[in-house]
Amino acid sequence: MQLIPCPWCGPREEAEFHYGGQAHVAYPSDPSALSDEEWAKFVFFRANPSGPFAERWSHSAGCRRWFNAVRDTRTHDLLAVYRLDEPKPVIP
Amino acid sequence: MTDLPDHPDFLWADPEPKKAYDVIVVGGGGHGLATAYYLAKVHGITNVAVLEKGWLAGGNMARNTTIIRSNYLWDESSGIYEHSLKLWEGLEEDLGYPILFSQRGVLNLAHSLQDVRDSVRRVEANKLNGIDAEWVDADGVKEICPIVNTSPDVRYPVLGATFQPRAGIAKHDYVAWGFARAAHERGVDLIQNCEVTGISTTDGRVTGVETSRGRIAAGKVALCAAGHSSVLARMVGLDLPLMSHPLQALVSELLEPIHPTVVMSNAVHVYVSQAHKGELVMGAGIDSYNGYGQRGSFHIIEQQMAAALELFPVFARAHLLRTWAGIVDVSPDASPIIGLTPVENLFLNCGWGTGGFKATPGVGDVFAATIARGKPHEYAEPFSLDRFTTGALVDEHGAAAVAH
Ligand SMILES: Cc1cc2nc3c(=O)[nH]c(=O)nc-3n(C[C@H](O)[C@H](O)[C@H](O)COP(=O)(O)OP(=O)(O)OC[C@H]3O[C@@H](n4cnc5c(N)ncnc54)[C@H](O)[C@@H]3O)c2cc1C
Ligand SMILES: [Zn+2]
Repeated sequence: MQLIPCPWCGPREEAEFHYGGQAHVAYPSDPSALSDEEWAKFVFFRANPSGPFAERWSHSAGCRRWFNAVRDTRTHDLLAVYRLDEPKPVIP
Repeated sequence: MTDLPDHPDFLWADPEPKKAYDVIVVGGGGHGLATAYYLAKVHGITNVAVLEKGWLAGGNMARNTTIIRSNYLWDESSGIYEHSLKLWEGLEEDLGYPILFSQRGVLNLAHSLQDVRDSVRRVEANKLNGIDAEWVDADGVKEICPIVNTSPDVRYPVLGATFQPRAGIAKHDYVAWGFARAAHERGVDLIQNCEVTGISTTDGRVTGVETSRGRIAAGKVALCAAGHSSVLARMVGLDLPLMSHPLQALVSELLEPIHPTVVMSNAVHVYVSQAHKGELVMGAGIDSYNGYGQRGSFHIIEQQMAAALELFPVFARAHLLRTWAGIVDVSPDASPIIGLTPVENLFLNCGWGTGGFKATPGVGDVFAATIARGKPHEYAEPFSLDRFTTGALVDEHGAAAVAH
């Protein structure tokens, strides 16, 4: 079982966490101005890279807080874990 | 007992890629092979190459739990899945090759009042589309599959099930080898160890592919890359509404014949059949996160085994032999994406997620027609990429049988 380092609680088993998908997806600032294509992009399209991916996790069976992580989707290695108020780290 | 097939090495040649083809199919899984076969057989297009980055049919085609059924809810899905099931029924004869297609029926269990209502609704919808389906109560489940625990004293009691008698399983490797042999005999080049690394275009039209074995020109390019579809589409700047997830399965040691049908439970997350040789074959739900690693989380297997044991107490002493994962491409409405793309002569077949094996002959036929004619086959039409913009989704989460 994968250990995920919660920024507040430290490394805990994956089963304590809930996955939240892609991180840094901003709600449209002017929703009524969006075209159908733009709405489709916002609702249905998310990045699906093979490699580093910035995503959200919630420590749902622990401190219950959300945080972000950059994970390599090929190896499942967590390259960085950071709080929501921190910027996305640059992965070399 | 059906004769065992020849060793795959003798079934097709291992050619060097030519400089150019009329159609290049990317991905040598069941879908790619079936597409090439029907291109040659039905449309007479034989200057075709199937490019496979690994070994033929070593992706999801080799990893799935082989369940075949057509009891989906919506007319659009009935169209394509039932078309496929009808092709399965004549496939062994058509390919001249054993595929061990066994129509032993499938039970989709209901564990709550809402499950029951949804199931009965789906049965009625199936009947209206001419698909064999019936609702059976818990005693009926017990009659069809005596080893299912129908006691009311479990956490998620079995209240009944939908039953599709024509559903079943086939031997996935043989299906792939049968299509590969038949495509090869009609002149299709099957090229393994050939990874597509780029897709070339000129003026918005596809002209060929870059591969680990050099550049190959093509009149048309057809993507059949299952879990890797997003990666390939990105090569021409195309985003797809897909998430790639690990999906795991496992088998037990060989056991005496004990399980006569296929049992699926969406609610408690396990699907079980008994392979021809005797292994119990079990699948689960997808892992929650995106991943390309062909490796899933252990707790998924734990949950799957817990569910299996409650449903089938008789499995308690069975030994687990192997577990593995494939990468499945899940779409927002749990339905596939088939058809044209904004790039001329680039065709898309993806998003089959956890359930595309059953579609193998059907999608091969429908996708080949779409490629040959340059316009969607009638069964493909509702599954075009633009449904995510128009909103005409084909929401099959309830019939997909894997919660995601
Ligand atoms: C554990 C598991 C259980 C399943 N159970 C069922 C089931 O019971 N019933 C059912 O109907 N479906 C099931 N499925 C789903 C089914 O396997 C897939 O939907 C279906 O196999 C997808 O089509 P395919 O066979 O062509 O895919 P694949 O066999 O995955 O073919 C895609 C091929 O493309 C190749 N490829 C990828 N990228 C490139 C590239 N850049 N260049 C060249 N080649 C490339 C891959 O190597 C792969 O061989 C299951 C899947 C899994 C993983
Ligand atoms: Zn925590």
